[in-house]
Amino acid sequence: MNHDLETAEHPETLKRVVIEPLTRVEGHGKVTLLLDEDEHIQQARLHIVEFRGFEKFIQGRPYWEVPVLVQRLCGICPVSHHLAAAKAVDALVGVRQLPPTAEKIRRLIHFGQTLQSHAVHFFHLSSPDLLFGFEDEVSHRNIVGVIADHPDIALKGVKLRKFGQEVIRVVSGKRVHGTLAVPGGVNKALSREDRDYLLRQTDEVLAWSRDAVDLVKRLYVANSAFHDRFGRIDSHWLSLVDSDGNLEIYDGSLRTRDDSGCMIFDQAPCDDYAEFIREGIKPWTYMKFPFLITLGREDGWYRVGPLARVNNCDQIATPLAEAQRREFLAQDAAGHPIRAPLAYHWARMIELLHCAEAIVGLLRDPDILGGELQLRGEPRQEGIGVIEAPRGTLFHHYRIDEQGLIEKANLIVSTTNNNQAMNESIRAVAREFLDGHELTEGLLNHIEVAIRAYDPCLSCATHAVGKMPLSLELLDCNGRLLNRLERNSRGSCELA
Amino acid sequence: MTAYFQIDGVPIPFESGQTIMDAALAAGQYIPHLCHNPEFRPHGSCRVCTVRADGRFVAACTFPASEGAKVECASDELRELRNGLLQMLFVEGNHVCPGCEKSGACQLQAVAYYCEMLAPELPHFFPRRHVDASHPDLAIDYGRCILCELCVRASREVDGKSIFAIGGRGIKAHLLVDSPSGKLGDTDMSVHDKAAHVCPVGAILIKHRGYDRPIGQRLYDQRPVSVVGDVIQAEETRDD
Repeated sequence: MNHDLETAEHPETLKRVVIEPLTRVEGHGKVTLLLDEDEHIQQARLHIVEFRGFEKFIQGRPYWEVPVLVQRLCGICPVSHHLAAAKAVDALVGVRQLPPTAEKIRRLIHFGQTLQSHAVHFFHLSSPDLLFGFEDEVSHRNIVGVIADHPDIALKGVKLRKFGQEVIRVVSGKRVHGTLAVPGGVNKALSREDRDYLLRQTDEVLAWSRDAVDLVKRLYVANSAFHDRFGRIDSHWLSLVDSDGNLEIYDGSLRTRDDSGCMIFDQAPCDDYAEFIREGIKPWTYMKFPFLITLGREDGWYRVGPLARVNNCDQIATPLAEAQRREFLAQDAAGHPIRAPLAYHWARMIELLHCAEAIVGLLRDPDILGGELQLRGEPRQEGIGVIEAPRGTLFHHYRIDEQGLIEKANLIVSTTNNNQAMNESIRAVAREFLDGHELTEGLLNHIEVAIRAYDPCLSCATHAVGKMPLSLELLDCNGRLLNRLERNSRGSCELA
Repeated sequence: MTAYFQIDGVPIPFESGQTIMDAALAAGQYIPHLCHNPEFRPHGSCRVCTVRADGRFVAACTFPASEGAKVECASDELRELRNGLLQMLFVEGNHVCPGCEKSGACQLQAVAYYCEMLAPELPHFFPRRHVDASHPDLAIDYGRCILCELCVRASREVDGKSIFAIGGRGIKAHLLVDSPSGKLGDTDMSVHDKAAHVCPVGAILIKHRGYDRPIGQRLYDQRPVSVVGDVIQAEETRDD
């Protein structure tokens, strides 16, 4: 592994190269590289430079507002935050199992959300790297270049995303930031007209989704030795699965495997997540570092997202995606999880196909047209909602006071779960491809390609307030350290 | 013989004792307003209904109609004045429409749309005002109160409880609750009181039920406030 590249021993003597902003990812981040005189990489870090703070500013708000407030975390996957918060709010009003109509409507919008998010990530953001090469001319290595050179591919990507957005609009009233979930249910069922409108498009959507899997597979296999090696790291895997071990994105229990595929734990109740996962913090980034408590801070980090879900599950419940999953996993003759970051793209398109199939199944289910929409149970003061957002496992945890106002919130956002993995991958790439070379734009793009594979949403991922450790250094004109003031994670300051 | 005055050249019939607002609404002529409601005594505090009657700026909700008066309502000058008042209302409180459960059914938002206010343009005050959720069925988000006094009047004139009042002056004016703690939970207010249903914005809320109207079916989603009317009318016809 490349953990030694996290912190260089004498950073003050090294040359600093900054990739800022990271492009074709959601949100704002940067990568810093420290190199010695011979261009050898001594330190590589992914920093998240924006700050959101939702955990703090929803305190004092009524609990029933939260699903609508927190969806503003993101413009790409607001539905995931809306539903994760809604599941936590269901718990607050004592509802463990929604009525069938309500659950299916929520699942429908979540599949639409995941489909559109996966489409925008692959076609709009990442396909230029895979279609044109990592060192292609930067003015061409973008979605406009894809439209110019491969209009058929670009158009399918745009239309797939549009369909996902239409599912969201029909269900929640708006393509971005609508309303749907209410405590213990949803605010509407689907009308026949809306159902038929969506159903009319599904044959094409299924065909485009199959094409998308074929495309990413073709691109990956065309240079599989390189793609397997690029930024490859060993890690544990975490995702939701259902009670039968199927891939599950709306509900279920937690499963983790180690890097060889052996189960660490399975069917762990989401309500107990805090017994399994803790978050570490580092002074050089706003994003936290979650880890499995039993394995510790250094070794317990894990990966989430499409690759984790496809590696982790025993099967996918829809036939086309399941066939693709089997073919995908057959790449590793030993039956180990697929570890290459670039395989995220392939797994993502398998999930996109699964979403398309699942949407068809739900649209043909009469339950979505009507029935009981909302339940109420015995109120509680603590609620936890866990969901598989497009980018990975998403935890929302709220505690309310006896009047119904939010007292405490904890969000572990999908991208946060991949923080260590992204850092490890860029270090692997930096060591293999950049070390000792004169840096060019194309070489630096290798770093971004590794980050992009995880589809990070950096704006979603930074929320803690007041706990961030800080280090303030006073240097003389020669760069000599005169004094250092440090604030620890408990907020107290001391002179070092 | 019926007496008439004119609003922007349109003849409006009126009866003796009616205000410009009463007569205009009775004739189906909309004048933007927030603090006015025909069920309660006119108040004239929000000034959004300001018109020019024979050249004078007056609040349409308090100024009596008179024979032959020429009233301007839709002039550029008045639109600008109204827009300015709305701008100030939006930035003086914490009106975060994207997260507010009243969005789509909020009279302030609907009047702002009607008056073609597209976005807040003044610096926000971001006042620190709390949420009082001490009542089992009702909550008050003080950040959204526009001091229209509809709840004050409803509680006093209809419910006979006088639970609310306005304290302070100028920028320090604020809604008060008449209980030893100042909390709504320590009053005898009921969710069935008129005062619980007159709030034109999202300040007085029924607890546990936000966002239950889907987008597209909310009060002002399909038609403007000039056609739909005030929030209070819709609240009273809610089937739940």
